[in-house]
Amino acid sequence: MNASLPGPLNDNPNLDRWVAFPSAGKVTVLTGRVELGQGVLTAMAQIAADELDVAMERITIRSGDTEKAPNEGYTAGSQSIQFGGVALRQALAEVRALFLDQAAKVLACKVSELSVRDGSIYRNGKSTGQDYWTLAGAVDLAIKATGAAARKAVGDLTTIGASSARLDLPAKVFGESAFIHDMQIDGMVHARVVRQPNRGATIGSVDENAIRRAAKGPVEFVRNGNFLAILGDTETAVEAAGAAAVNRVIWQNVEAPTPTQQEANWLLQRPALDRPFGAEPADPKGRERFERTYTRGYLAHASISPSCGLALYKDGQLTVWTHCQGVYPLRAALAKTLKLEPTSIVVHHMQGSGCYGHNGADDAAADAAIIAMQKPGQPIRVRWRREEEFIYEPKTPAMVVKVRALLDEAGKPSDWTQEIWSPTHNQRPGAGGNLLGALALPDPPPEPPPNDVPEANGGGATRNGEPLYDIPAKRMLHHLVTEAPVRTSALRGLGATSNVFALECCIDELAEHAGQDPVQYRLSITADARARAVIEKVAGMAKWKAGSAGGTGRGRGIAFARYKNRAAYSAVVVELSVDEAITLHHVWCATDAGLVVNPDGVINQLEGGIIQSASWVLKEQVRFDNGVASFDWETYPVLTFSEVPEIDIELINTKDEVPLGVGEVTAGPTAAAIGNAVSHALGARIRDLPLTRERIMAALLKE
Amino acid sequence: MSQSFAFTVNGKAVSVSLDNEETPLLDVLRNELGLMGTRFGCGLEQCGCCMVLIDGAPEKCCTKPAWSVAGKQVVTVEGLGNAARPHPLQKAFLDEQAGQCGYCLSGILISAKALLDKNPKPSRVEIARALDGNICRCGSHNRIMRAIEKAAAVIRAGAAG
Repeated sequence: MNASLPGPLNDNPNLDRWVAFPSAGKVTVLTGRVELGQGVLTAMAQIAADELDVAMERITIRSGDTEKAPNEGYTAGSQSIQFGGVALRQALAEVRALFLDQAAKVLACKVSELSVRDGSIYRNGKSTGQDYWTLAGAVDLAIKATGAAARKAVGDLTTIGASSARLDLPAKVFGESAFIHDMQIDGMVHARVVRQPNRGATIGSVDENAIRRAAKGPVEFVRNGNFLAILGDTETAVEAAGAAAVNRVIWQNVEAPTPTQQEANWLLQRPALDRPFGAEPADPKGRERFERTYTRGYLAHASISPSCGLALYKDGQLTVWTHCQGVYPLRAALAKTLKLEPTSIVVHHMQGSGCYGHNGADDAAADAAIIAMQKPGQPIRVRWRREEEFIYEPKTPAMVVKVRALLDEAGKPSDWTQEIWSPTHNQRPGAGGNLLGALALPDPPPEPPPNDVPEANGGGATRNGEPLYDIPAKRMLHHLVTEAPVRTSALRGLGATSNVFALECCIDELAEHAGQDPVQYRLSITADARARAVIEKVAGMAKWKAGSAGGTGRGRGIAFARYKNRAAYSAVVVELSVDEAITLHHVWCATDAGLVVNPDGVINQLEGGIIQSASWVLKEQVRFDNGVASFDWETYPVLTFSEVPEIDIELINTKDEVPLGVGEVTAGPTAAAIGNAVSHALGARIRDLPLTRERIMAALLKE
Repeated sequence: MSQSFAFTVNGKAVSVSLDNEETPLLDVLRNELGLMGTRFGCGLEQCGCCMVLIDGAPEKCCTKPAWSVAGKQVVTVEGLGNAARPHPLQKAFLDEQAGQCGYCLSGILISAKALLDKNPKPSRVEIARALDGNICRCGSHNRIMRAIEKAAAVIRAGAAG
């Protein structure tokens, strides 16, 4: 344990876990972080290029691989650059120092006389004929990092901070085999799983003949307990068989979620684990009370491609290919499920479509692994059907957030309680062996005890439940609802989206109550200079005018958050109009993410977060009706090209020492800014998401 | 009973023999011809990941029986260009960094190609409408539309020159 090392480097201290110099002129950089469409591997290559002083072109990234890459847990929580990137920088700074020490020895000179240009060693500016590759044989990287070498000073960085084209994009634009879905292994067999509708459901009967007829080609059934899969050489046949099996396999002990359960308010009277945080309740005597409740329904990740997994069990070794967010946690969960030693399993990451959190990726990999164990020597490819992805991916939970504030004489909050009802935001495979296929096996794992993401890691339902504003007393009361109608887990932002929506809408309501402009009101309760800077910046970008008349059908709203109260700061202004539906016109966003590695990559992520959040807020809710009734793009519509607003984004403070996670920061502020803009446009407040036509009409009628 | 037919993919004549007459064109492209650029997204003709040009018209091919293109010209994203000789659309998408996960891009490039073939100077609204049959979940919409505007200008300049 070396407390001076960045966390992931402390966990994986051997320098050869991070970098190798395989052949002349080539550098292999290893990272535990995986490409999810967020551009992280390009950023890692930039980091490596800068700390090692080599050209980007020399670098090959190897990522998410239990054979070689460092174990960095999950690629999640906007932590890749803030933690993994800093760890990589430190590791490479040490590697660079080791090479310079060796060069000084060979050249019989002082290290201070040496410099590196594109991997070549220079002495007092003159070429020495030595480079990383001539020296590599004599530099032992199988040693532990010490924390002794200094990372480059921010002012000396050149590749970090310059926009870099994404390394993975050309293959996608030219239609090459870029995704796990495109992977081919000799002798590969296609498979579809007949999904167990819920934990404890058992197979009553299987109409094999009808399924074979629907397949219109040879298929084979593989069964283990209530885990049933259909295999075949032709994907067309297994896809048709998989679809037919939905109605040709009869299940018993089915529990289907109901329309009542789909609404957030259903959570209020459910069994829950109560988790209080923060200050003691204040005495309300003599102070004005202000209370508002905000809700949101269940959401789907709705990845554009259904999940896919490949597996091969051969000679006692299981190899798995997956697009999940954490190859090591998946390996641990597979070992538990399949009763194998983790050392007998290798998990390789391959790119999938954007996941935005815990979707079906781990489960599809587990499906392939379970089948592969029964078919030794045969490579198995499982690709979920569209309907299967929508119905069985873990949903982000519905939430109810009640804000209770006590106000001082100036109408500012002096005491703040955020009361949160939510099922868990974390049922990742590492957190209890939760793999869908495992539940259907003869010996299913027990239900994991109720838990959520620990507050030390940013919290799940409690994420951003505490306002950053200067309020003398703040507390959270989290009711962790222990029984949800569907499996729930992490979606971009976790509880932050609902919490920021609630607290930032409530701040607007308080500003109105105090007769103040929303921007001025926020600034009046914020001393944090970086928070003030993004709020002032975005107000300037949007040419915000205090006191512009509301209720005209066109409106503007602002909202702010610092993600997890410790990652990036972001403020968003939205302009929209409302008649029966909402039309988004323009979104402005100012973000302080500290040290930025790839500015265009960060802007791309912020834009993506804004559009996805707008889609959640305007259109999305998973419906239940004798099962999950949102099962395709018509029953779960998302924002279309015609519906996206113009977006302007500016980054500030990009040369700060510390990078701050950015992937999820715009979700909450966008949701709340839309809520506030709708209220401004209508002159009426809607506190329940999504902002459907019915809710708009109801709000108008109430006025 | 196996069924044989011929068509053209990206300018190349191919002939296919299928046991199942319902086999979608998408499965033939990916699993028989090894053209992985056309992606599976839904199998319901809703998301646009599988968009191809059939005799110049953009069509989703995940449920379209392959035999229905017998004698026709099919163009997939691989047919637009490659790294050595990129189509102006592909180049513009890279210039604008128009994508995140990129899974939707093959279909979007095809929809864009069909639009520009018909309308060399589309407005932003016309571009958006032409792409409403394609879903992008990552939120790269504005970059994609900017790239298409840019490519349109390049193509127009090329035609004028």
